[in-house]
Amino acid sequence: MVVVAIAIIRMKDLFAVVMLAGIYGLLSASFFVAMDAVDVAFTEAAVGAGISTLLMLVVITMTGRDEKATRHKPLSALLIVTVTGGLLIYGTLDMPYFGSADAPIHNHISPRYINDSMQEIGVPNIVTSVLASYRAFDTFGEVVVIFTAGIGVLAMLSVGRRKEDDEEIASINDSMHEQHLVIRIVAKMLIPFIFLFALYVQFHGDFGPGGGFQAGVIFAAAIILYTMLFGLSTARKVINQTFIRLIAAIGVLLYGCVGIVSLANGGNFFDYNVLASDAIAGQHLGILLIEWGVGCTVAAVMIIIFFNFAGRRELYQHNKHSQNKESS
Amino acid sequence: MLMGLLNYWIVVVLMMSGLYIVIAHGNLIKKLVGLTIFQTSVFIFYISMAKIEGGSAPILADDITVYSNPLPHVLILTAIVVGIATTALGLSLVVRIKEAYGCIEEEEIQQQDNDQQAESKAEEVA
Repeated sequence: MVVVAIAIIRMKDLFAVVMLAGIYGLLSASFFVAMDAVDVAFTEAAVGAGISTLLMLVVITMTGRDEKATRHKPLSALLIVTVTGGLLIYGTLDMPYFGSADAPIHNHISPRYINDSMQEIGVPNIVTSVLASYRAFDTFGEVVVIFTAGIGVLAMLSVGRRKEDDEEIASINDSMHEQHLVIRIVAKMLIPFIFLFALYVQFHGDFGPGGGFQAGVIFAAAIILYTMLFGLSTARKVINQTFIRLIAAIGVLLYGCVGIVSLANGGNFFDYNVLASDAIAGQHLGILLIEWGVGCTVAAVMIIIFFNFAGRRELYQHNKHSQNKESS
Repeated sequence: MLMGLLNYWIVVVLMMSGLYIVIAHGNLIKKLVGLTIFQTSVFIFYISMAKIEGGSAPILADDITVYSNPLPHVLILTAIVVGIATTALGLSLVVRIKEAYGCIEEEEIQQQDNDQQAESKAEEVA
């Protein structure tokens, strides 16, 4: 990973940089598996190696792929970095050794999660029970952040378009997309299975690695794959823009409502014990509902982000196209 | 000691290479890639702390007694998804900057801003 990071520093070609960043994401995902963090690895593989690489590629098509050489000397930057790094390494000298079981981090709150979560929540995957139940308030905050980022991208990049523009764009696209016949057919066969896998991850999150975040990202990845191969205008026909925005909002709303319902039933905010007649069933119901909320929001926001980037890019190409026409 | 702390040192090296990219490179996309590297190094740091020697993934089973710490996993899991959302926001800013200035190099943008300021000042004087 260090090698990849240094290669990224040296590269001037942004296309190669982004590809290396994807490799870096995949490497860190495999590192997470080795460190027993299967849920995290799952997410990182889908996000770091998949969606973020894609987004950066879309941006590069708009901004150009070459990085200009900087004139000023990077010596001062190197100095700052070395000093900071040295201080950080000095700091690590006091840290407990890697993998030791008596480190302070393992003694404070995690024994409670590991020993009691089965009785209290009844879900074998501790990560899910902590994420969705013990720290539900945190997770709610994260979902709201994702939702806000989606709104931000929407505000920044969404384009109002005219109908005749659409048709012209579609005709440019058709010529581009007809070339990849094999990929299109293979993808058509794969996409249903990706959806199925996303749903499996969504509902199996209680028992194995998985959950709303991962499922949302995988679901979005399937739709992005479709968009890439069949063109944005086709994908827009399949998935209504307003509908997908609504889904993003409904996800957050569903999550918040679970909290409010548990308040109304006499418990604390996000206290699922009161949702059903017995505590474990209530926990199961609560976790199921908020995982749905998370999944909906994450998937919808990822799709919104990608659609807006791609829409911007089409507009860009369209402008270029019409400029070329005028000049010729 | 070397093996005990090696993971943390690698994290420091990665983090510093991310920081170096952010400081020394003028290209905005490159800066975002640098931020991503920085971010991932923090993830690795948390996950390394959660590991227990001989432990297993934190999914409860009958014949396993030692589990890695689940709490950092939860924190990082959500942080990754939030990270991509914020990176997307950053990229959208880059796109808008490109549209407004016609380039994404920090120095050129600075140059254009300076020129504009000088022009408006000259107008005021005139």
